[in-house]
This record gives sequence, C-alpha cells and structure tokens, in this order.
Amino acid sequence: MTPVAVMVGANRIVPAAGIIHPLGNAELKPEEEKTLRRRIVEQALQALQADVAQPTVFQAP
Amino acid sequence: METLRVVCFVNQFFGQLGGEDKAGTGPDVVAGAVGSARAVQQVLGNEGRVVATVRCGDNYVAEQPEPAIAELVSLVAAQQPDLLVAGPAFQAGRYGVACGALCAAVQAQLSLPAVTGMHAENPGVDLYRRQVYIAETGGDTARMLDEVRRLVALGLKLVRREPIGSPAVEGYFARGLTHNVLSENNAAQRATAMLLQKLAGSPVTSEVPLPTFVPVPAPARVSDMRRATIALVTDGGLVPRGNPDGIEALAATRYGAYEIVGLTGLDPDRYDNVHRGYDTTYVKQDPHRLVPVDVARELEQAGTVGKLHEVVYSTTGVATTLAHSQRMGREIAAKLKAAGVDGVILTST
Repeated sequence: MTPVAVMVGANRIVPAAGIIHPLGNAELKPEEEKTLRRRIVEQALQALQADVAQPTVFQAP
Repeated sequence: METLRVVCFVNQFFGQLGGEDKAGTGPDVVAGAVGSARAVQQVLGNEGRVVATVRCGDNYVAEQPEPAIAELVSLVAAQQPDLLVAGPAFQAGRYGVACGALCAAVQAQLSLPAVTGMHAENPGVDLYRRQVYIAETGGDTARMLDEVRRLVALGLKLVRREPIGSPAVEGYFARGLTHNVLSENNAAQRATAMLLQKLAGSPVTSEVPLPTFVPVPAPARVSDMRRATIALVTDGGLVPRGNPDGIEALAATRYGAYEIVGLTGLDPDRYDNVHRGYDTTYVKQDPHRLVPVDVARELEQAGTVGKLHEVVYSTTGVATTLAHSQRMGREIAAKLKAAGVDGVILTST
C-alpha cells in the first residue's frame, strides 16, 4: 500500500508487515512479533526525526 | 416568432448606481437595458428584448441572502420573462454568488431558464455550477461584449430547449452530469489509441477526470524525541467493544478518541474492529498488531520518547470519501496540536 501513500502525498511513510497485521505477524512467536513491532515503531520514530521535502519511504533495516 | 422577453440582473457597479459606496443598495428595476445589460441587448439583436434590468447592491445580497434573493425573484417574476441573464460577474465574488443564487432560485421557483457567467476562481462557480449553467469568462471586464456573446448563446439554447453540448464546446463550467454517448470505437480501441499517443509523446486527454492530490508540505522534523509527545492514530477500524461511537464499517464520517491513560497495552477483550476492508482476525486477536501501545509505552518508559499521548484516535479507512478523510484529518490534527502532540504514528491498513 505504500504506492498509495506516496500518491496521496503522505510525507513520511514506513512500510509495515502487511495489511492484516501491520505491526505483527501471527506466524511468529509472541516475543519475535514484539521485536518486529518494536523495529517498525523505531523506524517510524526515525522517520519523524528526519528532514523530508516530499513523500519519502523509510525502509526498515 | 415572438421576440423573447429577457430580464438582466446586475450589481450596483454594472447597473451604474456606483461603486463600493453603493454596495448596500436594495433591489430595484429599471425598464429596458441599463449598464452592462446593454451588451446583452446588443448581442440579442432582434432575437430578444431586454424588457427590464433588475439591480441590487452586492452587500445587500451578501448580508441577507435569503430575503434578498426572494425580493429579486419577485421582481424578475413580475416581468414575465422567458430568460434571465445574470452578470457576467467576472471575478467579483459577492456578485458571482448573487448571480448563481438568483439563477438557481428562478429555475426552481419560476421554472425560468437562466444563465450567468463568471471567472473560474469566482466562489460562485463551486457553489452553483451543479445547478446553474455558468459560462466561463476571463477576468477582463473590457471584453464584456465577447463574454456576453457566449452567455446569450447558451441562454437562447436553454429557452429554445435545444440540446446543450459539452462544457468544453459551449464554454460553461462542467456541471457534474454524465451523459451516455455512443462512440464509434469501443473502449479497447480508444484505450490503445491513447496509449499509442502517450508513447509517441503527444498530449492525451483522459476520458475520466483524474483526482488531483494537493501536495502537503512536510512538517518540520521532531528535533528532540526524548522530550516529544507522540500520538498513535489508526484508520484500521479499532474500536472499544460495543463500538460506542458508532464508527461506520464503510465510508466513515466519524472517528473515535480512546483513552489509554495508565494502560501498558490493549486488552483484546475490551476492543473490537469494525473495518470491512481487510480480514480483521489478527488485529482482533492482538490489537497491538494495529495500534502499538505496548511498544510505545515501553519506549516512553525507557525515555526514548518523551511521552505517549493518552488518547488514540481511530476510524475506518475503507471507501472513506476524500472530503471526509480530509475533514477528519484536520479535526484530529487540531485536537492533537492543542494537546501539545509533536508527532503522530498513523497505522494504516
């Protein structure tokens, strides 16, 4: 869905782990899910602290 | 053929009463064509006679539109006309709105054909284009005669019940009406022709108007996250069990504000999900898969983030109209700003 976010003009975009569980993954063990969630949220915090001039996608490491 | 009886509506300036100093003047009627109505008579020639010019000050209409328009409709009706020509108003906003309102009113109440004209940026366009034929004019009042030609041509067609062509051809603002037209070529042929034109670098006109998204200037970055307040927002349909605010499952017009004061996480038993655009099984099992209160609270406690905002905003983002999306976004943003929030993490599905 990130191309849609770019198209409508969202400036800071972080790809998440899927539409039906953006911040999780039912196939992972609970602790692994939490680690995944934390990684994406931390990426979001990085995006908030970045200078952007136009829609920018911040890929999680 | 009987000569058509035409009534013109003009404001204080184009009716030769005066400028802004006369903008408060009430309605009056003058026999024949006065001021810019003379251009209408000139273009009509023998096809019609401007039997009267109805005039009114811009402020008189703007300050009390309903009674003013009612008075003007009566004055128009008394002339028993076949057509009302209002304006053209060019870029004059109050005048354009008055012209649009009067045309709409005489159409509805007198079943009288009416036409007006104004510049694309005149606020009267967006307000009345769907109800009234508004000819597109430039901004130069010195071109009055040329602009009036198009108005009158359109007006005559309306009176004679002749078919009105497309906006581009007849020079009026698109009214949002769709007409079925039989084309010689089917859609596959037309689409292929458009593609070939595009590949050849030629300009291509879309058959369907494409929505344009106005670029949103990126807000400045959060400079000190350790002192910042971060809020969580979602369009993934999270609601408290029972959906107390009645957030719609589709085409939402409402959003909810849900407090997380003192909570280190979202208990799945206390929440539900009304979104109908994706399989909500997984986010119902664990709402953190949508709204990461658990992780956000830990980051707050570790000092990575200054504060986690105590309210989560939520709505459903499926078939939500652009207009409602923008309105809800503006309203939520205003509340967040007033509460001192510095940044938002919006989870979208």
